[in-house]
Amino acid sequence: MATGPSLGTVLRRGLVAFALLMGLALPVAADTDSLSARITALATGDFATKEAIIVELAATGDAAAVPALRALGDGDLQIRKADRKVIIAVRDGNRLTAVDPVTGADLGAVESGALERIRVNNNLRRALRAAVGSLTLLSKDVTVRRLAAESVFKSLDPTALETLDQAIQVETDERVRRLMVQARAAAILQTDRPEAEKLEAVAIIADRGDQDARGVLSAVAASSEGEVKDKALASIALIEQSLAMWEAGQNIWYGISLGSVLLLAAIGLAITFGVMGVINMAHGEMVMIGAYVTFAVQEVIRTSAPWLFDASLLIALPLAFLTAGAVGVAIERGIIRWLYGRPLETLLATWGLSLVLQQAVRSIFGPSNREVGAPSWMSGAFELGGLTLTYGRAWIIVFAIMVFALLVVVLKRTAFGLQMRAVTQNRRMASSMGIRTTWVDAMTFGLGSGIAGIAGVALSQIDNVSPNLGQSYIIDSFMVVVFGGVGNLWGTLVGALTLGVVNKFLEPYAGAVLGKILVLVFIILFIQKRPRGMFALKGRAVES
Amino acid sequence: MKTHFQNRLAAAAIAAGTLLGAQAVSAQETIKVGILHSLSGTMAISETTLKDVMLMLIEQQNAKGGLLGKKLEAVVVDPASNWPLFAEKARELIAGEKVAAVFGCWTSVSRKSVLPVFEELNSLLFYPVQYEGEESQRNVFYTGAAPNQQAIPAVDYLRDVEGVTRWVLAGTDYVYPRTTNKILETYLKDSGVPAEDIMINYTPFGHSDWQTIVAEIKKFGSAGKKTAVVSTINGDANVPFYKELANQGIKAEDIPVVAFSVGEEELAGIDTGPLVGHLAAWNYFMSVEAPENAEFIKAWQAFTKNDKRVSNDPMEAHYIGFNMWVKAVEKAGTIDPDAVIDAIVGVAVPNLTGGYSAMMPNHHITKPVLIGEIQGNGQFDVVWKTSGLVVGDEWSDFLPDSKPLIADWRKPMSCGNFNTVTGKCGGKGT
Repeated sequence: MATGPSLGTVLRRGLVAFALLMGLALPVAADTDSLSARITALATGDFATKEAIIVELAATGDAAAVPALRALGDGDLQIRKADRKVIIAVRDGNRLTAVDPVTGADLGAVESGALERIRVNNNLRRALRAAVGSLTLLSKDVTVRRLAAESVFKSLDPTALETLDQAIQVETDERVRRLMVQARAAAILQTDRPEAEKLEAVAIIADRGDQDARGVLSAVAASSEGEVKDKALASIALIEQSLAMWEAGQNIWYGISLGSVLLLAAIGLAITFGVMGVINMAHGEMVMIGAYVTFAVQEVIRTSAPWLFDASLLIALPLAFLTAGAVGVAIERGIIRWLYGRPLETLLATWGLSLVLQQAVRSIFGPSNREVGAPSWMSGAFELGGLTLTYGRAWIIVFAIMVFALLVVVLKRTAFGLQMRAVTQNRRMASSMGIRTTWVDAMTFGLGSGIAGIAGVALSQIDNVSPNLGQSYIIDSFMVVVFGGVGNLWGTLVGALTLGVVNKFLEPYAGAVLGKILVLVFIILFIQKRPRGMFALKGRAVES
Repeated sequence: MKTHFQNRLAAAAIAAGTLLGAQAVSAQETIKVGILHSLSGTMAISETTLKDVMLMLIEQQNAKGGLLGKKLEAVVVDPASNWPLFAEKARELIAGEKVAAVFGCWTSVSRKSVLPVFEELNSLLFYPVQYEGEESQRNVFYTGAAPNQQAIPAVDYLRDVEGVTRWVLAGTDYVYPRTTNKILETYLKDSGVPAEDIMINYTPFGHSDWQTIVAEIKKFGSAGKKTAVVSTINGDANVPFYKELANQGIKAEDIPVVAFSVGEEELAGIDTGPLVGHLAAWNYFMSVEAPENAEFIKAWQAFTKNDKRVSNDPMEAHYIGFNMWVKAVEKAGTIDPDAVIDAIVGVAVPNLTGGYSAMMPNHHITKPVLIGEIQGNGQFDVVWKTSGLVVGDEWSDFLPDSKPLIADWRKPMSCGNFNTVTGKCGGKGT
């Protein structure tokens, strides 16, 4: 491998740093031979030996080691069984290619059976993160440099100081520079440098003001003396104050997020139970059907069109609506229409039906959980001030609002919605006006079930896709609808969000178990006071 | 059950004479084995697999010529995840079907529900799941791990290898996590961990909104000390828990989670990419390289006609338990429960990790303890294992009122809770 002049300097500096810090004599020049010798050594020895080699590789400062180290972390650094050569296995579709870990030369295709993975554990992963971090601080790519600075901050590795100083000098991106300065400060606090320098470092970390900063400072406060300790403690107090404020915001966010899940689960029920008055215990199974449709869609995409994966949820939405809706219409035509006006029998019949549906799904798809993947736009989290918001939850909130708005429009602005309301308010009158009430009943039940199916698509992202999925939501759904006010969509919205937020504010203090009980007690008391829920419908329709 | 038996007699009497004779002969030719696992309801997710494993083991044994010259016949019942129904179905198996032994139960509450039945009708139960200990019953053989065969080695590993000094004990709110966490809390405090470095958190069954708790764990972990989560979270609640961990960016390098109820089957429902490095403690992993294991997996995948089917720890427990029962019956020369109970203590059979497991006098078995890290392909890599076999300790040394108790079902002691201080049989758990 050709070593450019800049890399050469880096190498030499890294070596000097290594020698100084380790108190060792200058080792032999880190040429490709010793690099590949070290990488080959990774194949043998226990975890402790491997860790020592990784630390050595990091200390050479030779960025040529990065691909091998990354591959080791990803489990792609493998041993070719035939000649015990260490290679990087690159997977492209179903093809596996061996690549030389040092030169990057293509060594031809291999069978996965002919390879043996080099095992790593968490200690090694930490060492790898630190090593790759310090080796990529001078990378050309700004994202790589940012990740490197973050890794070095977490590793608190004083051996990276030399490289950090250098990287800070040449860094052009302001954000990355700040991260590097913070990483440098965190590393300085691990050394025995003069107090003034440490105090400065504490100030830099304190400015960061997040949980990571608190962690670093707590460790410093526990291990140091005098002014540094006092200053660290004072900074921790300040950070905790600001974090406590953010925490309230975080709770509201979690509450809204839980509320949106409840809303999604309950909104279909707000139609079947709220508008039609059918106590539908099989509502949860409609949600489950929606989730299984998502699974089926993803399975098809995985096998025949992998590039469509990010759109899988969008494809699943209409299919879930149609499938669950069709099942709903069938249930209404087959069972429920014979039972109108007999709530107890409806309850028992639909409950039995829910068991039948669960067992049917269990027989078809098996009893174990099915994997529904998250598309890339729904994975991960973003920071907003001191809040960590996950994309998945954010999209579910947006989605819940969209479904709600759509439903309101359908009910208030379309002919079907008008007929639906007419039938629920006065069946005979509607019938005399020429509305086919039985058809409207079936369609209304289908709509409610279809919406539940859509909810299943969203819930597949945060919960198990198993035959039991629906059961866990049925009680909550009824709670939301009854609490919000039967027959009122807005009541369902406010009810879901209130219960979500109340639950999430109680949870940190009372714990999840007691919190849930308290919410239930609260609803019981509330229903005693206002039996028709928060937004009771008034008028003739209710009284009849 | 008398009435049941009378019914059968009546039915038999109605049948024609020749038919009756034929039936009597065929009934003598088989030994019935009861399988008591939920095939519907919430626990079907875990228990259905165990039923299939038992069917496979019985089929294999029959291919080898059966037992005592007779064929084995599986009797499968479905207790439907309903605890009282477990007791009813157990009675049906023992009194109605006259099975020689029962393999079954998953949750501790289902086991507790059938205990009186097995005691009253004097039959054998092989229980294959890790549990909280604090029990040793004459008719029950515990082939899953006791806390000292899973929880305590896992904590040792985190403390000694990963340098963890701050602990979150998170569990589902029922007897297994509560007892295990009580044992672990005492163990940690005895080893010098201050109370403020232990956080205990319980959640309801099937908890699906983990945002607050994961955020709390993150906060607890930012105190400048290496933190780990010890999870006794059960069943379905695990998937949303791991999804939330991944979403909030908690990596195993930062805060590792070691789980006692998450195996290959549970991971089948999750994309394990973001979970690489989180841990599980078991006595068996599918990835273990041993000839017995390779053979077992091959047979299992052939039996289920699915080359992606995974194997897990409770399956191995049934494998061990079934082979122990077969060996004990051969040794005793009869299926009589009392004779088998006497014969089975000391019986050693191969386990799937390349060693032997033996039945101890306390009706628990010896096992190796393995720590595995989750891999991107949904399997575990063994990163640590105990140097030898660990004997299941039924009465924990870390609970004050269990400490003096021992169990020994050999004569003359024949006691499940012998108090070594008072020198008497009886105490807790009678």
